[in-house]
Amino acid sequence: MDKFGFTISKGRQINYDQNDRRIYNYIIENEPSFRNCIACGGCSGSCSAGNFTRFSLRELNILINRGENDLPRTNLKKCMLCGKCTLICPRGVNTRNVVFLAKQAFKRFDSYAF
Amino acid sequence: MGKHVVVIGAGVAGMEAAGRLSRNGLEVTLLEKESVAGGHINDWFRLFPDRRDSNEVREYLINLSSDPKIQLKTGASVDKLTRHGSSYLLTTDAGENINADAVVVATGFSLFRSSRKEEYGYGIYENVISSADLEKLFISGEIVISSGKAPQRIGIVHCVGSRDEKVGNLYCSKLCCVTAVKQAIEIKEHLPDSEVFCFYMDMRMGGALYEELYREAQEKWGVNFIRGKVSEASETIDGKIVVKVEDTLAGRPLKMDIDMLVLMAGMEMSEGGSKLAATSGLKTGENRFFASADHHFGSNISNLEGVFFAGTCIAPMNVTETISHARAAVTEVMEYFSNNNR
Repeated sequence: MDKFGFTISKGRQINYDQNDRRIYNYIIENEPSFRNCIACGGCSGSCSAGNFTRFSLRELNILINRGENDLPRTNLKKCMLCGKCTLICPRGVNTRNVVFLAKQAFKRFDSYAF
Repeated sequence: MGKHVVVIGAGVAGMEAAGRLSRNGLEVTLLEKESVAGGHINDWFRLFPDRRDSNEVREYLINLSSDPKIQLKTGASVDKLTRHGSSYLLTTDAGENINADAVVVATGFSLFRSSRKEEYGYGIYENVISSADLEKLFISGEIVISSGKAPQRIGIVHCVGSRDEKVGNLYCSKLCCVTAVKQAIEIKEHLPDSEVFCFYMDMRMGGALYEELYREAQEKWGVNFIRGKVSEASETIDGKIVVKVEDTLAGRPLKMDIDMLVLMAGMEMSEGGSKLAATSGLKTGENRFFASADHHFGSNISNLEGVFFAGTCIAPMNVTETISHARAAVTEVMEYFSNNNR
C-alpha cells in the first residue's frame, strides 16, 4: 500500500481553534506593540537577512498571530538582530524585542530547543 | 450696524466662507499670508476624481469672493487674536489691528516636508520629487528628470508623512492615495510608453468616484500596484533610484531601478494654524490640527465663542468637503449673530 503513491494530505486551512496561540500571547503580554502591525512589509523590505534567506518579520508576525508556529520556529534563527526593522516600522512595533520574546516563548512552550 | 467677520486664510475654505458671508450681508476682511489668494489649489494642475482643471475651481472661488463687502488683504498673517468684550481684536504681523464680531479660522494645511523621511532621499537625490513638484511639472507640460530626458519608469510612494509614527503622524491624510492614482494616470497620459508603479500599504479609495479612478488606472492605463511600504531609496552611479521594498503579496523582498520617484506628501496642520493656536488659546487635538467642539455635530465650533473653523485646519479634507465645511461654518456664524442680537 505504501508504494501505491497516495497519501492523505494535511488540510491547508489555518485551524484557528486548534492552533497554539501561546507564543503570540506571550509576546503581546510582554511587548504589546506587537499588536499594532499592519503588515506593510517595511521591516522585511529593509531586512539584511531577508535578502538571502526566507526570513520576513511581517510573515512571522502574521503566522505567530494565527498560531501557525512551524515556519517561525525555524525562521527566527535567521534574524541577526540588527534592528533596522525597528527603525523603519511606521507602527512603532519594537520588532527586535518581538524576536527576543518569540525565542523565549518557543523555549518556554515548546520542546524545540534553541 | 452691519457685523464684521474676519476670515483667516484665503484658500478654498476661506474664499468660500468669505463669499457666503458677504452674500448674507456681512462685512468681511479676508486675510491671506501669501501674496495671492487661492491657497494650495494654485499649485495643482488638475483635481481628482474627475481631473478637472484646477483653474475652474479657482475662478469660481475668485468670482464668489470678489464682492465690495469683502476686503482681501494679502501678505498678512495673524500674530495675535484676543477677545475684547463681545468682539475680537486681531493683530497682523505688520502690526495692524482689526476688530471682528466673529472670526472664521481657515488656515488650512501644510504639505509634509518630504525631506523629513530621509530614507527616501528627497533633497538628496535629484530624481526624487514630491507630489507637489510633480504637479508643477504637469503645469509646465514637460516631465523630465535631471538628465533632461523623459523618465521611462516612475515609482510613486504612498503614505509619506502619514500613518507613520516615526514622523509623529499617526493619522491617514486620506487624499494621497487618490492623488497617487490621479498622478499615475496623468504620467501615462504625458508619457504613454512609461511604466508606473504605486507602492502602497493600503489603497484608501473612500471618496466619491475614487474607486472608479483606481479601476481606470489599472484597466485603461496599466498602472502597476505593489503592496509594500518602501523601506529605502538609494541612487545608482547613473542617477537612477533603487527602491527596496517587500512585495508583501508575493512575500518576497523586491528591488527595482526607477528613473523618477514621486513621494505622496501627507497633510499636516499649517504653520500659520499652529502659530495661531499658540497665541489665541484655540485648542488643538492629538494630530495637531484644531480641535472642534464636537466631532459629529460641532466640527465648525471652537472652544472660543465667536471663533469658527472652516476646512482643513481641523483635518485633511478634499475640495468638495472643504467647500461644504466652509458653508457650514457660515451657517454657524449667522446663527451666532442672530442669537447675540439683543
